[in-house]
Amino acid sequence: MNVVVCVKQIPDPADPGALDPTTKTLKRDGKLILDESDSYGVEMALQLVTAAGGGEVTLVSMAPNGEVSGLRTALAMGAAKAILVSDDALAGSDALGTAKVLAKAIERVEGADLILTATESSDGYTGTVPEQVAGLLDLPSVTFAKHIEVDGSTVKVQRQTEAGYDDVECPLPAVVSVTAGVVEPRYPSFKGIMAAKSKPVDTLTVADLGLDASQVGWAGAGQEIVSIEEAPAREAGEVIEDDGTAFEKIVAYLDNLKVL
Amino acid sequence: MADYRPPLRDIHFVLDHLTDVGALCELPAFAGLDPDTIKGVLEENARFIAEVVAPLNRVGDLEGSRHDPATNTVRTPAGFVDAYHQYVAAGWGGVPFPAEYDGGGFPWLVGIAMQELISSANMAFSMAPLLTQGAIDLLMHHGSEEQKERYLKKMVTGEWTGTMNLTEPEAGSDVGAVRTKAVPADDGSWRITGTKIFISFGEHDMAENIVHLVLARVPDAPPGTKGISCFIVPKFLVGDDGSLGERNDVACVSIEHKMGIKASPTCVMSYGEKGEGAVGYLIGEANQGMRYMFTMMNNARLSVGLEGLALAERAYQDALQYAQERRQGRAPGAPAGETSLIVELPDVRRMLLTMKALVDAMRAIIYTNAQAIDLATHHPDPDVRQRNQELVELLTPVSKGFGTDMGIECTSLAIQVYGGMGYIEESGVPQHFRDARITSIYEGTNGIQAMDLVGRKLPMRAGGVITDFLAGVAALDAELAAAGDELAVVREQLAAALAVVTDTVQWLMEHGLADVRNALAGATPFLRMFGLLVGGRYLAEAALAARADLAEGEGDTDHLRARLVIARFYAENLLPAVAGLAPAVQAGFDDLYAVGPEALAG
Ligand SMILES: Cc1cc2nc3c(=O)[nH]c(=O)nc-3n(C[C@H](O)[C@H](O)[C@H](O)COP(=O)(O)OP(=O)(O)OC[C@H]3O[C@@H](n4cnc5c(N)ncnc54)[C@H](O)[C@@H]3O)c2cc1C
Ligand SMILES: Cc1cc2nc3c(=O)[nH]c(=O)nc-3n(C[C@H](O)[C@H](O)[C@H](O)COP(=O)(O)OP(=O)(O)OC[C@H]3O[C@@H](n4cnc5c(N)ncnc54)[C@H](O)[C@@H]3O)c2cc1C
Repeated sequence: MNVVVCVKQIPDPADPGALDPTTKTLKRDGKLILDESDSYGVEMALQLVTAAGGGEVTLVSMAPNGEVSGLRTALAMGAAKAILVSDDALAGSDALGTAKVLAKAIERVEGADLILTATESSDGYTGTVPEQVAGLLDLPSVTFAKHIEVDGSTVKVQRQTEAGYDDVECPLPAVVSVTAGVVEPRYPSFKGIMAAKSKPVDTLTVADLGLDASQVGWAGAGQEIVSIEEAPAREAGEVIEDDGTAFEKIVAYLDNLKVL
Repeated sequence: MADYRPPLRDIHFVLDHLTDVGALCELPAFAGLDPDTIKGVLEENARFIAEVVAPLNRVGDLEGSRHDPATNTVRTPAGFVDAYHQYVAAGWGGVPFPAEYDGGGFPWLVGIAMQELISSANMAFSMAPLLTQGAIDLLMHHGSEEQKERYLKKMVTGEWTGTMNLTEPEAGSDVGAVRTKAVPADDGSWRITGTKIFISFGEHDMAENIVHLVLARVPDAPPGTKGISCFIVPKFLVGDDGSLGERNDVACVSIEHKMGIKASPTCVMSYGEKGEGAVGYLIGEANQGMRYMFTMMNNARLSVGLEGLALAERAYQDALQYAQERRQGRAPGAPAGETSLIVELPDVRRMLLTMKALVDAMRAIIYTNAQAIDLATHHPDPDVRQRNQELVELLTPVSKGFGTDMGIECTSLAIQVYGGMGYIEESGVPQHFRDARITSIYEGTNGIQAMDLVGRKLPMRAGGVITDFLAGVAALDAELAAAGDELAVVREQLAAALAVVTDTVQWLMEHGLADVRNALAGATPFLRMFGLLVGGRYLAEAALAARADLAEGEGDTDHLRARLVIARFYAENLLPAVAGLAPAVQAGFDDLYAVGPEALAG
């Protein structure tokens, strides 16, 4: 059982993020870390390989400046190897451009039975890359997995819905996106961190993948960010004095927000 | 109380600029290691500690460990067992121990950085691995091959924890007064009987076995410290195949109700209550126990000094955050009618900078001390080893004594920054102060540390060691002068403090020799003045290093500029106290004994 996990490396959400006013995109020049959203996919993949009694987990990532910090974390958790696509030509890639790159990279992994992603990343969160990757690879796509089981050449997925979950089955190989929080990602052990140092990370360029620079980056982006604005300052909250009927006001307030 | 944020930027600054992790990686003992790997390990460790261990700090304080008198077992607070198992599974405890015992083979310096993180996150929790580390240290140096085989690996992984059993009701600071008895049994083992008190993690539910190291006297042992022997007393006897056997006759009969570190069980241990004694195994030779204790003492004292730093850091983080949330009064220059954040008030700024400067000074001293341990152990050149061993000896009482005194000071200042809320338990800040308060007492009270510094360390190599250290301070003068106005006050105050300390050392050498009571009376104020100078030296070095980075355009500018500000603040606000302490050191003992205690009663 060989599983590929797409992992995005993103600026540390604990540091205040900043947008570049000229490109209107997130500044990514500092250190990047493993997107927490993807740590669930990594954990799920490791568990599936263990359950299958063999095989390995391969990571695929696209990131600027040859960044490997986030990959190291996932390798330390137990993934066997990684493919990193890093190329100046990728600057400005939109979701589809990213999906093209990831799909090409995934094709290079021999014998991949299952491709996992998160449902959406923590920084870009368009939530569209997984389906695009599946489309480009011509594979079935299952989204919002809360539980995955592999049975021979079939994958059984509990697909989270508003009301509960659907049972979905499809043939392998397939692309499945994993909902955040459905498994508890393991912390890398000291031995795992040390072992990760010598695990292979294959760093590729756009040309290595056989893609044309015009298909990716700013050149290939069919998506454009037209403007960015300061988030509105938080308005003063409403204070409800409790005169014995406060609960009614709170219920009415929540009702108004349609959260009840 | 804010979430704990591991101060990795500050830690890396010290590792790269005040100590030299890169140079340590060049030593044969650390072949294959590189600073990047160390960074990666520290980052993952920090994440684990912040996410798994830190959140249990508060519940640990509220719940505490509980003793069940029916079974003499101890239950640690909710979450501790699981977090400890995760800690063991990740293998964090073994990182600074040699690979031959399944350790990670990392420098002690890196182990100390990790210890800072866990102690800040949750000091009570950290004591289980800390005591284990002390026991490992002793066994590694003095245990037989067979003993190491049987106990060490499981302790290095953390599957078994260790304890240090020194204290008895009549034997506290004076370990030589130990009465616990050991008699030989037919099979070559020993039978131990007696009562130990204040034994940290003497009993708990986090590990399957506990390896007690117990000080006791064999028949006909000479009186005092010359007659102390050291024994291994496992909670469960360990078979030849490593399996756990019979329950040994050692029991935790009660635990103390304490001011702080409530989750760390402080146990009364009873040995041999049921029969002819608990089964014990002699470490090394009889009557050599005190010598063996000394090999681990430097490390253990450094670790307790580090607890002072760790709690100061944690309390500082809380205070800094609260000061940026709480509005009160109007800062000078603020628009009329507007209340200011208290962080804008000059006196609050002063408190915050005081804490920050002390935290940085402590970290610099303690990490330098740890690096000296690595160099004294692993450097190929015997002269370098010797010089560093001397530095370890000199700095250890400073790390312990000054580190914990300042830890208490900083945690108290954090309460002050919070104002009334600081006195309210709900805010979380009082816990840091209550936890910190033990650090100046155990592992040799700070009074004992001060006597060690004055009585044993100043006379080393006929005063050569202290003279070399002071020469190191003097040598900074030229560099500080070259830095110009930016560090002029640092240069000026450091030179002034150096002159006072040099003079005072001279006084102690002369008058202490003439009558030891002079040295003992002035020891504590001397420890404080020397600690202030050592901190001033390393903060000046930090400022010079930051300035060099700034000139090269390397690193985070604001963070580097802060190093200069901190050095100046320390020089102007804290270092001048050195001069004020000189009269106290040089007062001699006369007035201490001029009247009896009855006359001093009200
Ligand atoms: C204007 C613009 C500029 C950009 N500039 C750059 C750049 O300079 N360098 C660069 O590398 N990228 C760049 N990107 C790409 C961007 O960071 C995202 O990778 C891409 O837009 C996917 O969007 P998303 O995060 O919303 O994906 P989502 O659809 O929300 O992601 C879902 C999941 O897909 C997978 N996934 C998504 N992106 C990646 C990835 N990059 N690697 C591995 N798995 C992934 C993850 O599992 C993720 O959780 C740019 C994007 C835009 C729009
Ligand atoms: C929470 C906690 C955990 C502990 N954990 C352990 C443990 O795990 N293992 C263990 O063995 N012990 C442990 N201890 C014991 C601790 O190390 C002792 O309490 C400490 O050494 C002081 O001894 P004492 O309490 O007998 O004080 P005393 O020795 O009675 O000291 C009282 C005062 O006299 C001063 N004093 C004593 N002798 C001298 C001297 N010669 N010159 C000048 N001043 C002197 C001291 O500085 C102190 O101010 C722990 C204690 C506590 C409270």
